[in-house]
Amino acid sequence: MGSHGAIEPSKDQIWLKEGSLWRKLPLIGGVLGLAGLAGAFSQMGADKQHFWYSYLTALAVFLCFALGGLFFTIIQHVTRAGWSIVVRRLAENAMITLPVLCVLALPVVFMGSHELYEWTHAEVVANDPMLSAKKGYLDEGFWTIRMIAYFVIWSFLAIRFYSLSTSQDDAAPDAAISKAHSMRWLSAPAVLLFALSMTFFAFDAMMSLDPHWFSTMFGVYYFVGIAVSAHAFLALVSALLRRSGYLNGVVTAEHDHDLGKMMFGFTVFYSYIAFSQYFLIWYANIPEETRWFAYRIEGDFLYLTALLAIGRFPLPFFYLLPRAIKRSSGALILMASWILIMEVIDMFWVVQPVLAHHHAKESGAAMAIHVGAVDFLCLLGVGGIFLAAFGWALGRKAMIPVKDPRIAESLAHENF
Amino acid sequence: MSKPKHKKIFGLMAEYDTAKAIFKACEKVRDAGYEKWDSYTPFPVHNLDKAMGLKPSILGVIVFCCGMTGAASAMLLQWWTSTVDYPVIIAAKPYFSYQAFIPVTFELGILLSAFGAVFGMLGLNKLPQWYHSLFNSERFSRVTDDRFFICIETNDPKFDFERTRKLLEGTGAVHIEEIED
Repeated sequence: MGSHGAIEPSKDQIWLKEGSLWRKLPLIGGVLGLAGLAGAFSQMGADKQHFWYSYLTALAVFLCFALGGLFFTIIQHVTRAGWSIVVRRLAENAMITLPVLCVLALPVVFMGSHELYEWTHAEVVANDPMLSAKKGYLDEGFWTIRMIAYFVIWSFLAIRFYSLSTSQDDAAPDAAISKAHSMRWLSAPAVLLFALSMTFFAFDAMMSLDPHWFSTMFGVYYFVGIAVSAHAFLALVSALLRRSGYLNGVVTAEHDHDLGKMMFGFTVFYSYIAFSQYFLIWYANIPEETRWFAYRIEGDFLYLTALLAIGRFPLPFFYLLPRAIKRSSGALILMASWILIMEVIDMFWVVQPVLAHHHAKESGAAMAIHVGAVDFLCLLGVGGIFLAAFGWALGRKAMIPVKDPRIAESLAHENF
Repeated sequence: MSKPKHKKIFGLMAEYDTAKAIFKACEKVRDAGYEKWDSYTPFPVHNLDKAMGLKPSILGVIVFCCGMTGAASAMLLQWWTSTVDYPVIIAAKPYFSYQAFIPVTFELGILLSAFGAVFGMLGLNKLPQWYHSLFNSERFSRVTDDRFFICIETNDPKFDFERTRKLLEGTGAVHIEEIED
């Protein structure tokens, strides 16, 4: 209900202390990121294709976390949600990594496309009636323009929402309210822009790895990873910040409870759409469609598929079911970490089997999972840069939007 | 109309005129250690359950058990009919094609969960009830309008006409009356 004279949080709860480990995040993340990227690129010569598949996997994972921040911010504005305002700045900090990650995505567009996408090879397309038929859409020039368009849209939305929100912190009361209105106004078109750009990015960057296969549900599949990771990321980061003495009395069990509910809800949504996508293809049994799943349950990949099926639905579902779990930050740290790890595995499962399938077809051997140093280096590289950008944003401003007109409502939030 | 001399008493009912008053009163009755009592308000008063010291409902556990029963029996039914009782090859797929059984399993899980929720709620609330002693009170009709009530029942182990009346008087009740059973 209404706010019962909310207490303004003290400065040391919402600003990172000088010299704290969180303040060193940009440095730590930056060093790890650059080292990882340097290591990964140096491995490129060994197996060019493997490098690009690993790089795309890492990019898909951390773009997912960053897009999660954008999605969370937009959806809270468009629904005019009150409960989430105390964690919204953390989402905005994840969101502002988007321009950096988009720069990291440029090599895929300009250097890696021939290693990743077989439809970029004119002679392959000419000899394949299916790919010839798709030439209008799967065209390298058009594809490049589309990818750049997604990056521009994401960077624009991220920067616009971030600068409106952070400039609100120092604004006079009247200006703060008008900035809140601007964010709400922008959020409605942003929903459309986000949904379309994210869906077509998933089609263009990941679904077209196997250009014969198509699923209209694929964009939603990438989205649900974004949605569940966004809430897991916020639950994890806010809980870790509380462990190091910040945000106490600001982010409470009530907010944990709601983040837990959203994680639970999107877990169910994941199983719903992931199973539906599989089910219809399994039922119809058309070779053109089933092959995508067929080589994912071949050889080693069967175990990965099983892990995904169990780790993405029954495990988080039953774990997050009791109310007490959702209200305990310790229990949530465990599940949030698990969900983020599953997102890494999920993206690996989406991207990597295509390469393994090519190898298996060439050599006639069974499908095998090849995890090399380059996979870890790519995750470390892109992840490090993500953490560095997130840490920079975290230390730059207060950890909650202090001048949001309804911050008091969020501080006093209670579940009934 | 003549009343029987030794009427049985259901409980002592106290009346309050604000939500704040009944909130404070509930805390006092809770702290006095009564168990068989309830509060009656024209609208939901937030956190009144905490003021009354109510434990969380076990409805969730009932719903969970019903849902799992539904899901398990749906899967069993489909397994039995399509592999044991009347095996038919459909679309060249194995008899036990669990993929095809998932929708029914899900639906029956949901159906029994919903039954558990509705009937469990009715059961826990002891509904439907044809008769309730509180409707013997003329004043109680204002519970759907602008008055708030607490009734401590005589079958509470701590109930004592003198002491319970004193306790209720001390909670700022505007009116106290004995309710016939």
